Amino acid sequence: MDVAQLLIGGIANGCIYGLVALGFVLIYKASEAVNFAQGDMLMLGAFLGLTFINSDRADLPFVVGITAAAICLGAFAYALDRFVLRAIFGQPHFAMVILTIALGFILRFAAGSIWGYDPVSLETPFAGEILRFGGLTLAVADLIIIVATCALTMVLWLFFAKTRLGVAMQASSQNQMAAYYMGIPVKRVNSIVWALSGVVSAIAGVLFAAKGAIEPAVGLLFGIKAFAAAVIGGFGSLPGALMGGLLIGVVEQFAARYAPSGTAQIAPYALMLLVLILRPGGLFAQIAQKKV
Amino acid sequence: MRVHFKKSYDEDIRLFEDWRRAAKYGVLIALMTALPFLISDYILGEVTLVLVWCIAGMGLMILAGHTGQVSLGHAAFMAIGAFSNLWFMSQGMHFLIALPLAAIFTGVIGAVIALPILRLSGIYLAIATLALSIIVEDIAIVAEPYTGGVAGVFAPPIEMFGLTIDRYGSPKAFYWMCLICVVVVTLGYANLLRSATGRSFLAVRDSEVSARALGVNVTRTKALAFGLSCAVTGLAGALYAHFIQIVNYESFLILISITLVLQVVIGGLGSIHGAFFGAIVVGLLPQGIAILRDFLQGSVGIDISAYPGIDTAVFAAIIVAIVIYEPLGLYGFYMKLKAQWQLFPLARRDMFRRSKSYLKTERMR
Repeated sequence: MDVAQLLIGGIANGCIYGLVALGFVLIYKASEAVNFAQGDMLMLGAFLGLTFINSDRADLPFVVGITAAAICLGAFAYALDRFVLRAIFGQPHFAMVILTIALGFILRFAAGSIWGYDPVSLETPFAGEILRFGGLTLAVADLIIIVATCALTMVLWLFFAKTRLGVAMQASSQNQMAAYYMGIPVKRVNSIVWALSGVVSAIAGVLFAAKGAIEPAVGLLFGIKAFAAAVIGGFGSLPGALMGGLLIGVVEQFAARYAPSGTAQIAPYALMLLVLILRPGGLFAQIAQKKV
Repeated sequence: MRVHFKKSYDEDIRLFEDWRRAAKYGVLIALMTALPFLISDYILGEVTLVLVWCIAGMGLMILAGHTGQVSLGHAAFMAIGAFSNLWFMSQGMHFLIALPLAAIFTGVIGAVIALPILRLSGIYLAIATLALSIIVEDIAIVAEPYTGGVAGVFAPPIEMFGLTIDRYGSPKAFYWMCLICVVVVTLGYANLLRSATGRSFLAVRDSEVSARALGVNVTRTKALAFGLSCAVTGLAGALYAHFIQIVNYESFLILISITLVLQVVIGGLGSIHGAFFGAIVVGLLPQGIAILRDFLQGSVGIDISAYPGIDTAVFAAIIVAIVIYEPLGLYGFYMKLKAQWQLFPLARRDMFRRSKSYLKTERMR
């Protein structure tokens, strides 16, 4: 029972890691850029959700609030790509890494100035509610997180596999110039992907806030952990990102319980290094050797 | 505008282009040596910190700028250098032996870590090194006998030739010690770039496939670059430990790693000058912002100290501007200015226009 309890807690945490990792992978799939500010987008999404939902703020119903937060962050991410990131379109990946790291600093500062640096928590209709199931005690929040993540992943997978826009995104990531020749508006496609990633981050952020307090600095370390999840899954594979997130969530829970103290925090990163060394492309590798 | 007509191979790889350039650097070194007598001890402390960042920046520049391998975890190697140096000293070793030994130790660890990690490339490498940095942070707490755990270790004053060198007790001597280290590292770096090894680094950066075709052992070269880079960074870490005097796990947080990368990018990837320019910006920016804050408060009446963290935000904004408008960094900007000055009436606006480029995928390599 103990193990099952830990497992479910780990899976719920892992789902949020997985969602943020999905945000990474979306952007990577479409523009092959790695967005180091992804964790900070999650933080922004959480704060936006809090602004719309909490009773001392806008006081909207939960579902309306989460939608509003998703739309706002999607629009913000679109604008971010349109007006800032497009300026370095076509430059090496490294420029994008630096740029997004710097943007993360700015977002953190902006959030701190708007919402303050003290931890705040989100009011949810299901806060503190639990279900007893056999000998297990399940938090409703955990269940909602798991269900929402599964639904979102399905929608995204269908989008990339079945729609023209999704295929266009894959094409523009594999070869920008060829995508241009095929008539794909690569720049606009990139911006749409950023918007999509913003929407996913907002949902992840609100779900994250439903479980605990948020503050501006939460994004950095969370982002790196989600990053590890994306890498374990093999950057560029949507189910892989989710798997990586789950793996990290579960490993973290079990390490916190059974491993000697002090080593629990490094377990996710150690796992990632192991995967990188044994399978450099991640578990669902997308790298292929170039044939000359 | 002087044109150098090179008549031999040696002339092409000479350390100084001509006597004028050698004289310029001579004047610079003389000025830096005399600096302690010209400025107050407080500012001297800041300049010393800039020198330490210069060394760390050069360490990362070898790897990121000249071998093309991005590491987001170099603070980890600063930590290894710092803790190993202090541990060697606590075992009764003389500082003059402990310092190079710490650098070598860090370099060896770096090279050993590099062998599995360097199978990765590009973004994967950056992430792996980032994870490394986080892991070392936690190891610094766990490995208490060597690192003092959460409390950290105290850096003892350095006894050398009957002198006691101490950051606060004798800031001038500490400054000169750092200056000597900077000069030695810079000379070594400049000479490395002239050698076959240095040129094989550049070859690996520009194209691994062509480098391999030309007979460069890519794996060995990358590991060597990683090891050298770590050794220099470890040296910087050891000096940094003596600068801040008490080091614990918090002295080498992941933010330091990120700052180091930003530093080499601001300065200009792929040039030794870039490491220095970047260090000057990173080292002096907090002071600059403090001065700006006092000025705004005094004359305009805007109190920006009401916004905590504004200095990192300004720093970040500068980086955004540099990445967008000047991808070659401050050194690139300096070179452009210099070219315009030399060509004076003939410079044209389109001379430095960037050509349109398209991203090449990293998934096929």
